Amino acid sequence: MSKSYPYFLARDRAWQPAQYTPRYKTSITRSPKQALVSIQRATPSERSGPVFSGLEIGPHDNDLLMNFRTDGVRPSLPIGERIVMHGRVIDQFGKPVPNTLVEMWQANAGGRYRHKKDGYLAPLDPNFGGVGRCITDTEGRYTFRTVRPGPYPWPNDINTWRPAHIHVSVMGPSISTRLITQMYFEGDPLIPLCPIVQVLKDPDAVETMIARLDMARSKSMDYLAYRFDIVVRGALQTYFEE
Amino acid sequence: MYSQYKLQDDTGVLRETASQTAGPYVHIGLALEVAGFASRDDEIWENLAKEGAEGQHIELIGAVYDGNGDLVRDALIEIWQADSQGEYIAEFDNKKPFSGFGRSACATDGHYHFYTIKPGRVDFDHQKMAPHINVAVFARGINIHLQTRAYFDDEQEANSECPILSRIISPERQNTLIAVKEDTEEKPRYRFDIYLQGNNETVFFDF
Ligand SMILES: [Fe+3]
Repeated sequence: MSKSYPYFLARDRAWQPAQYTPRYKTSITRSPKQALVSIQRATPSERSGPVFSGLEIGPHDNDLLMNFRTDGVRPSLPIGERIVMHGRVIDQFGKPVPNTLVEMWQANAGGRYRHKKDGYLAPLDPNFGGVGRCITDTEGRYTFRTVRPGPYPWPNDINTWRPAHIHVSVMGPSISTRLITQMYFEGDPLIPLCPIVQVLKDPDAVETMIARLDMARSKSMDYLAYRFDIVVRGALQTYFEE
Repeated sequence: MYSQYKLQDDTGVLRETASQTAGPYVHIGLALEVAGFASRDDEIWENLAKEGAEGQHIELIGAVYDGNGDLVRDALIEIWQADSQGEYIAEFDNKKPFSGFGRSACATDGHYHFYTIKPGRVDFDHQKMAPHINVAVFARGINIHLQTRAYFDDEQEANSECPILSRIISPERQNTLIAVKEDTEEKPRYRFDIYLQGNNETVFFDF
């Protein structure tokens, strides 16, 4: 007796980045040279996946202004431009993806990560960790409150800078829909210069990663909002029993 | 109105959001223990099977190598597997003895480590696949995660009947998907090393 799992629209490998993208130098030794082996008809292994509706999400897990601040008599807030990042997770048919785990991590306002491998000059912020997570609601909506991360330099070419970005991970409903991406900010002049952004051939693919300023959801005297919608692979309706 | 949706064609199907590398600082977001962060109430990590989980308890470990033969120490590994009966249990719950999903990282000693149970055979197309663990690899320099499967070297008969494993003709290539049992005093340990490139390049799947 086997459960029924959905099939998904094929991933468009010409739209998604290639593995070998020599302008992004690290990809040179980390990209497979053999062709991927295509599983023509996905088995339950590929079509199933974990559901995180039971994961205990803490009250500040999606609030980076609060979830790392130093305890004290007068606790402080992180330095930087206060923002709300929000949007929906939907599939390629526009259907909301509820109960899915959205995780994010980022540098602080100075462009420094709270990570032992990050040795950039910009200081750590004692009140900022840089990690968040939440579960989408019934409409596929998610929200994070944070500060806008700073751009930072990294060794690729000489004088290469990452545009301001937030790393975003979406898990579920299937391992077929697994996706990790980076969210960029509308209007950032560093976006077109970045070798990691340029792993995408189609400018429209880059557009899918650029959050839009959302004045309607911004709050006067408090924060600016950015809207970032995430599209995962479409679940196909099955019309016939197998 | 503010959305950045892109249409795939005139049928209204949307484009999938583009993938980007998880980068070198992935641990902050997805492997908090490794990053030195205090753990939150409920974390996804490498212990899939607690005492009392049904089935044979095993350890799955391995390293990830790049095309120069160097360890990929910033790799993050995710696994997804069936229970000992060959059923996928979707609900992730750390309070239950077994959950089918886990994460580990190679940052500490160059290896990922999972504590789990050997999965049962999963039905597919009136056949049974050999026991396997679905593995996803994320790292700096990997633009979209790589997907593979770990099979077991002590399941030769099941392996020879597996409809997916037998799609790979070359025995050398097939071998890259077989985890090798190591002699240990404790519970059985299987080593599944992943080669991103080179002579032993691991088979990666598209699905
Ligand atoms: Fe980054």
